[in-house]
Amino acid sequence: MAVSRLRLAGVVRSFGATRALRGVDFELAPGEVHALIGENGAGKSTLIKIVGGILRADAGVVELDGKPYRPANPLSARRRGIAVIHQELSLAPDLSVEENVLLGREPRRFGFVATGQRRRQARQALAQLGREAMDLRRPVRELGLAEQQMVEIARALVDRPRALLMDEPTSSLTRLDTQRLFEAISRLKQAGVSVIYVSHFLEECRQVADRYTVLRDGRSVATGEMSRVTFGELVRAMAGEDSGEFRRRTERPPGDVVFELDRICGKTLPREVSLSLRRGEILGIAGLVGAGRTETLRVCFGLDALRGGRLRVKGRWDRGRSPRGRLRQGVGYVSESRKEEGLLLERSVADNLTLTRLEPCSRWGFIDRSAQNRAASRWIDELSVSAAGPRQSVRELSGGNQQKIAIGRLLHHDADILLLDEPTRGIDVGSRFRIYRLIHELAEQGRAVLLASSYLPELLGICDRIAVMRRGELVADRPVACWNESRLLAAAAGEGNETHES
Amino acid sequence: MKAERRWRSWRPAAGPLFGLAAVLALFAVDPELRAIFFSGSNAKLVLTQTVIVAVGALGMTLVIVSGGIDLSAGSVVALTGVVAASLLVAAVPPVLVVILTLAAGALIGFVNGSIIAWGRMIPFIVTLGMMGVARGLAKWLGNNQTVNPADNSLNLLMEPRQPLQFFPLPPGVWLAAGLAAAMAVVMSRTIFGRQVFAIGSNEEAARLCGIPVRRRKIAIYALAGLFFGMSGLLQYSRLTQGDPTVAFGLELEIIAAVVIGGASLNGGSGSIVGSVIGALIMAVLKSGSGQLNWPTYMQEIVIGAVIVLAVGLDRLREWRTGR
Repeated sequence: MAVSRLRLAGVVRSFGATRALRGVDFELAPGEVHALIGENGAGKSTLIKIVGGILRADAGVVELDGKPYRPANPLSARRRGIAVIHQELSLAPDLSVEENVLLGREPRRFGFVATGQRRRQARQALAQLGREAMDLRRPVRELGLAEQQMVEIARALVDRPRALLMDEPTSSLTRLDTQRLFEAISRLKQAGVSVIYVSHFLEECRQVADRYTVLRDGRSVATGEMSRVTFGELVRAMAGEDSGEFRRRTERPPGDVVFELDRICGKTLPREVSLSLRRGEILGIAGLVGAGRTETLRVCFGLDALRGGRLRVKGRWDRGRSPRGRLRQGVGYVSESRKEEGLLLERSVADNLTLTRLEPCSRWGFIDRSAQNRAASRWIDELSVSAAGPRQSVRELSGGNQQKIAIGRLLHHDADILLLDEPTRGIDVGSRFRIYRLIHELAEQGRAVLLASSYLPELLGICDRIAVMRRGELVADRPVACWNESRLLAAAAGEGNETHES
Repeated sequence: MKAERRWRSWRPAAGPLFGLAAVLALFAVDPELRAIFFSGSNAKLVLTQTVIVAVGALGMTLVIVSGGIDLSAGSVVALTGVVAASLLVAAVPPVLVVILTLAAGALIGFVNGSIIAWGRMIPFIVTLGMMGVARGLAKWLGNNQTVNPADNSLNLLMEPRQPLQFFPLPPGVWLAAGLAAAMAVVMSRTIFGRQVFAIGSNEEAARLCGIPVRRRKIAIYALAGLFFGMSGLLQYSRLTQGDPTVAFGLELEIIAAVVIGGASLNGGSGSIVGSVIGALIMAVLKSGSGQLNWPTYMQEIVIGAVIVLAVGLDRLREWRTGR
């Protein structure tokens, strides 16, 4: 191998106290496809942003074709020949295919668009992807997701990039479209373009990439030829040592089934999920980003439409209810983004706790503030929230205490089926344990908990059973004793049988 | 393929065109009304009345397609009308009056655009503020009363001359038609025009593709201001005086024309042809209901309902075509 196309050595990047990258080495050869692999939070996105010019490294060496490379912004990264295709598409949906491909690069003649030339250039870029037949005049919004992705890649190709960085390009593609994308990638490879391929799907990486680098906790922990590594080795490199951080399960006799999903599917996600949940049980849902964990909970709570299948709540089947209807049935939901869609940050603790059930704190439609305060004080004590009092605004509380308020609202509502999405996201370690203890207490009281999380030690630590989702489908549902971190990862990331370790 | 392409470039205007036909048909039912309504003199009147809204709608289309809104349009029309009248009173030659008046409109738009682009403030608030400022300036400049210049060539812009026949049309109508044609080309064929669509469709994507979003926004609002200035000149010519209290609420009429013409307030879609037709629909409705001797309140109710109906039908069409 002569000079590397892109070389990173000892790259470090922190955000405040969190160290996202603690020393990453990475080498990309000309004309190779290199898979970048790692769990959620391993540092992949930070690395992508540094290479794409959105962030800068705090320390370490970054070189492009042997010359120092420190782009000031995405545009200058593009000028140097690095094109990034982000996970979220950045197309202008109302403009046509050819307009999108050459957006910001329009061939011009006296300020007018040189239409013929534009069409030629767009056609040429799409031809590199085997898409010469695409209708260039069609507005992008009318295209399917896979075709939109092709438009996005074609746009990157117009600049004749030396390296193409693809972040989870297949997360919204069907299997057939994924194969088409791979064909396009191999064409690019033959044309001498280097590709960094970031994906959770190990089987895909094995299929498309020549080499791999594994990130874990902000470090590059393994790198080598794809053909010389087994699936199991990759999984072990991603997961590291199994950590038994919070194994403190209590024994609870399982009660009757109160919540049952029968092959439910939503608009795009989930595709097919069946499960049943008993009183006193904590059931975890694992899965990679985009597997449909959040979407499943949203469909259960009626936030997204149920397109197929049915649900049973406390013995009654239905084909979807509104969130209001679910609350009436005693189903409560805490969103993963509690600040955006959970709490009224400007309002007080008491207002937030009693929001969904104000009747006991009011008379003839008027709020009885002292009754509201009494109710709130009770929950503040029971959940041991550190707040100055029921009238303190929620914004002033710490993340952990905010989360307790969000859960407390469900308790005030007397919900006994709790759908919790990432209940410890953005919460410091000490508070996490308090949330875990709270969830246990709720289960002991006979409530049923369905908990989605991307943090595997958390699921392994507090759940009685864990179900794994992959590409919108629930693929495995077993007691927690049958799982460990590697097995969960394999089930979540693998294409075939999750037990095919070698 | 060819036919489909032609259809595609016309499709955005198809809805409004159909709406215009429907409104015209409505007034053609009664034979008595038909005779009056479809006479040359009435058609001329309708066109003359459309012009002020239509020219404003050219600028507003630009703004709305880019994902913005300009609430100061009505006030700017009043202000530039007073500016034109005051300059004429000061015996400035008409050619210079036109240039200075347009410059005044563009300046207001430039200020709007700069605050929106650099101050990262939302267009609704900025232009709401400018609506008050420009109206105040107009009253200040006019000393709280109308400004009446002596007879001059600018008064001819909107003069009907022979009111009983269709031709000759006032020069203002030809001017508006010419500007509309030019803007239609700008929006669909120039790089600037397509960038306006890109910004309105997905601002982040536009920035990522290296489009200077801030500078474009300033240009968009300044150009819109220029059109409102043009509208102000025509308004002056119609009244032959500068009235600081005129065109109150005109901005909403202009926005309605653009929206009836198929533009989305979310940005990214809209067309000049559609907006002009939108302005025509409203003028026809007003004129027709006037001929029918409907009371003003009835006209207001009908026009209000038409706005909602037009946008509702558009939604329905979009939904039916799978989006």
